[in-house]
Amino acid sequence: MYEQIRRNRRASWLLMGFVVALLAVLGFAIGAAVFGGTSGGIGLLGVFGIVAIGWSILGYYSGDKMVLAVSGAHRVTHEHEPQLFNVVEEMTIAAGLPNVPAVYVIEEPAPNAFATGRDPQHSSIAVTRGMMQMLDREELQGVVAHEMSHIRNYDIRFATLVGILVGMIALVADFFLRWSFWGGFGRRRGGGSSGDSAGAVLMVVALVLAILAPLAAYGVQFAISRRREYLADASGVELTRNPLGLARALNDIAADSRPLGHANRATAHLYIANPLKNKKTKEASGVFDTHPPIRRRIANLLEMAHAGPEALVSGRGAPAEPSPPHDVSPPSAVPPAPPA
Amino acid sequence: MIAVIIIIVILVVVGIIFAGMYNSLVGRRNQVDNAWSQIEVQLKRRHDLIPNLVEAVKDYMSYEQETLTNVTAARAAAINAGSQGPQAQAQAENVLTESLKSLFAVVENYPDLKANQNVLSLQEELTSTENKISFARQFYNDSVLTYNNKIQMFPSNVIAGMFNFTTRQFFEVPEGDRAVPTVDLR
Repeated sequence: MYEQIRRNRRASWLLMGFVVALLAVLGFAIGAAVFGGTSGGIGLLGVFGIVAIGWSILGYYSGDKMVLAVSGAHRVTHEHEPQLFNVVEEMTIAAGLPNVPAVYVIEEPAPNAFATGRDPQHSSIAVTRGMMQMLDREELQGVVAHEMSHIRNYDIRFATLVGILVGMIALVADFFLRWSFWGGFGRRRGGGSSGDSAGAVLMVVALVLAILAPLAAYGVQFAISRRREYLADASGVELTRNPLGLARALNDIAADSRPLGHANRATAHLYIANPLKNKKTKEASGVFDTHPPIRRRIANLLEMAHAGPEALVSGRGAPAEPSPPHDVSPPSAVPPAPPA
Repeated sequence: MIAVIIIIVILVVVGIIFAGMYNSLVGRRNQVDNAWSQIEVQLKRRHDLIPNLVEAVKDYMSYEQETLTNVTAARAAAINAGSQGPQAQAQAENVLTESLKSLFAVVENYPDLKANQNVLSLQEELTSTENKISFARQFYNDSVLTYNNKIQMFPSNVIAGMFNFTTRQFFEVPEGDRAVPTVDLR
C-alpha cells in the first residue's frame, strides 16, 4: 500500500511535468505556424508554458471542486442523508483515515460513484441518487469502501489531475484545430514574414501535434485507471471484509443501462464503473477502455468470497430493480433510505 | 586515521537506523492509542444512544419488559467494564451487542414501531454505531498486530527492549466466552 502511495505521488508530478512539456511543444508549434518563425513559436511557448503551470497548480489545489461542479454534485450532511453519511464515516474508521471526506450527492438515476481530492485530508466522495436508491446498506458500504481505498492510496490526486489536465489539452488542441480550419490560414498568410513553404511545414507539424497531443493524454488516462480499479476493489474488501457487498453492487450497476448525464471524457475514469457506456459485457479489456470489464471484477470478488454467481442475488431484490429491496436482512441491518 | 573515519561512519549509520526503528515504533504505538480512542468514542456514543432508544420504544413494548431490562442492564455493565482493560470491556460490549440484536428482532414484530420515524432513525444510528465499533476494532487489532510484530521481531525488538515498548492486547473475545443473553423472540 505504501508502495502504491509513493507511486501515485511520483506519477502526479511526472504527469504535471509531462503536460507542461506537451503544452509547451504544442505552443511552440502553433506559435511558429501562426505568427511565423521562431520568435512567434517561443512567444506562444512562453504563454502556453505559463498557462500550463498555472493550470496545473489550480488543478492540484481545486481540481476536486472543478470535478464536483462539472459532475453536478451537491454537498450533503448527516442531517440530509444519515445512512450515506454514516456509511462514509464507518469506512473512514475502517481505513484509519484522520478525517471524514466531504459527502456529495449527484441527482441522477444512473448508479455510479467517485472520489476526488488531493489527499485524505482534502477529499470528497460523490454518489448518485440512483445508487443510493438501488443498493442496500451492505452494497453501499462496498462501494464507499472502494472509493475510500482510492482516497487512502492517493489515487484521487492523480486521477483528478489527469481529469483536469487531459481536459485542458483536449481543449487547446480542439480550439486550435477549429481555428485553423475556419480561417487561421488566411491571417497567417497576411502577416507571415517567413517563406510560405516553411510556414506550411510548421502548420502541418502543429496540426499533427494538435491531433496527437490529446491522444497521448488519453493514453495516459487509459493506462492508469484499469489497474487501479482492481486494486481499489481488493483493498476496499480489506476494509469491509465482505467481498459480496461490492460484488452485488457491481452486479446491480452492470444491469443498469442508463449512462450518466454529467460525466464526460475527462472525468469518466474517476467513476467506479464506466459512466459513459458500460453496456458491453465483454470479457477482455480494450486499449481504449477506462475501466476493466465489470464481469471480471465481479468474478474476482466472488472468488475472494469463495462463492458462486448465485450469491449475487441471494435474499435480495432482483438486480437492477430501482426500488429498494425489501428488508429480509438480519435485524441489525436497517432498510435502505427511502427514495427521495 | 582511515580506520577512525570508517568507525565513525559505521556508528553514524547504525545510529540513523536505530533512530528510524525507534521512530517507527513510536509511530505504531501512537496509531494503536489513536485506534483505541476511536473505539472508545464509538462505545460512548452507543451508550449515549441506548437510553433514547429504550425511551422511544418502551411505550409500545409493554410486553417486552425483559428485553428492555436486558439492554439497560447490559449497557450499565458495559459502562462499568470500561475501566477493566480491553478483554473485560470487549466481553461486556459483546453482551450489549447481542442484547441490542434481540431488541431489534423484537421491534420487527411491531408494525407501529417499524413505521415510527424516530425509532427508524435511532435504529440507523445504532446500526451505524455498531458498524463503527466493529470497524474501529478491526483497525485497532490490525494496528496492534503490526505493533506487536515490530516489538517481537528482530531487529526492532532490540530497540523495543531498550526503551520499554510492550505488546498490546487485542480487542476480542474467544468464541466460547461470548455470553448470549436468552431473550424471548416469540
